[in-house]
Amino acid sequence: MTNTLWTTLALIGLGTAVGAQDSNSLSIEGESIVTEVAAPAHMENVDTIYSGWRFRSAETQALEMDDFDNPAFVFVEQGMDLWDKVDGAAGKACSSCHENIEDFAGLRTQLPRVDDGELVTMENLINECRTDRMEAEPWKWSKGKMTAMTGLIGVQSRGMPMNVAIDGDAAPFWEKGKELYYTRVGQLDMACSNCHEDNYGMMIRADHLSQGQINGFPTYRLKNAKLNSIHGRFKGCMKNIRATPFKEGGDEFKALELYLASRGQGLSVETPSVRN
Amino acid sequence: MKLTRRNLLILSSAGAAATAMGSLPAFATLTDDEIGKLTGGADLGEGAITITAPEIAENGNTVPIEVDAPGAVAITLFADGNPVPNVATFNFGPLAASRSASTRIRLASTQNVVAIAKMEDGSFQKASANVKVTIGGCGG
Amino acid sequence: MASGVKPRVKVPKSAAAGEAITIKTLISHKMESGQRKDDDGNVIPRSIINRFTAEFNGENVIDVTLEPAISTNPYFQFEAIVPESGEFKFTWYDDDGSVYDTSKKIKVQ
Repeated sequence: MTNTLWTTLALIGLGTAVGAQDSNSLSIEGESIVTEVAAPAHMENVDTIYSGWRFRSAETQALEMDDFDNPAFVFVEQGMDLWDKVDGAAGKACSSCHENIEDFAGLRTQLPRVDDGELVTMENLINECRTDRMEAEPWKWSKGKMTAMTGLIGVQSRGMPMNVAIDGDAAPFWEKGKELYYTRVGQLDMACSNCHEDNYGMMIRADHLSQGQINGFPTYRLKNAKLNSIHGRFKGCMKNIRATPFKEGGDEFKALELYLASRGQGLSVETPSVRN
Repeated sequence: MKLTRRNLLILSSAGAAATAMGSLPAFATLTDDEIGKLTGGADLGEGAITITAPEIAENGNTVPIEVDAPGAVAITLFADGNPVPNVATFNFGPLAASRSASTRIRLASTQNVVAIAKMEDGSFQKASANVKVTIGGCGG
Repeated sequence: MASGVKPRVKVPKSAAAGEAITIKTLISHKMESGQRKDDDGNVIPRSIINRFTAEFNGENVIDVTLEPAISTNPYFQFEAIVPESGEFKFTWYDDDGSVYDTSKKIKVQ
């Protein structure tokens, strides 16, 4: 499989395209980012995992190397405004309880996780704060305010390796996610694995298929010029294979998120990444 | 030829290629009109402008472009395959350290990006770069 | 359109007199081109930033005319000379009449 990746890179000339640095090694604001690492033991069919950054053109790659050039930071800054904004009946802002946003360093690497028998994502934790402590309306899963906040909290973990728990309480959720990953659905009768495991590195029309890693989410996509949530991306994939998407924030997508996060164990958090 | 979706795609891309070569001048005329308005029909020199653009743009929504024209007072960019060819004009002031600028532009399809520079002596310069715009695989 | 519009600029904090410095600017804006249609087939009216200027101590560095072909969240990079310590002023002009500006000080050593 590795050979296929590099053959395709060479064939379409991405390997030789102009760029500020070797397109195989990513450094963001001087910090080195792991974009390639041995696959975790539980992955039976893949030897090496790669960040989606490796599959993009030199120009798109360059956008992620500098926080000013990265348009996602427009939204991260909006997240900072929201962080200090009082909302809800309790008269609180995020910053009323959480002193430093930096204290969230590492959180992104461990999510989703099981809390009291329930699988929770960052969106769940944010909305729990909003409804229980701030007495405010929950935010919609993939709308601008939520992705700005998940981007802001996520970037605190940038450069740290993905490290979700998949044993113990998490095991049944992880098994469910794995089953979904390999289950064919939709009119095109395709599973996640058909593109992102069997054929990564190949071209799907003019697009370079990645391994479908989620270590860079929420991600700024050139296609829609905004931050995209993990579940929003799942939904897009399901529509593309002509399947009826599961609900954002529902049990299926949460389980799939856990399984996909575990397929990226060891890759650096790249939040907020830039993709096609 | 049977009119299938694939053949239609081939036809339309052939059309786009022909446009780029100038044998189907519908778009080119629009751009030429705009260039004429800008220059008043003056002769266009070549060699003073450098355009840096990707050969293949991953997404037409955000294509990074850099223009550099030492000695220019203004540079205007056109995209000859867009419904409106005008893209931007950079007017350099007394405190500009170079006659260069970078931005990100939208390209509707594979086409030429054309730069016209007005030089300090009042003459005009032209340069162009072809950018191939790919259609994405998923949700394209 | 005035909601959620936020300028960002990157200017070095200090420079040598007469040195060429690189400036990057970006403003969050949809740049609605006027070419798109909504779900009912009606054209979504154009709404863009149509002009951007950068000045240093009141003197012009660059004055840009923008058309709808400029991408969402307009980005510019250019070079300026700073003869003395002072302040850059960046101004964006919206189709709807709104004007957004931001300033950055720079020290010349």
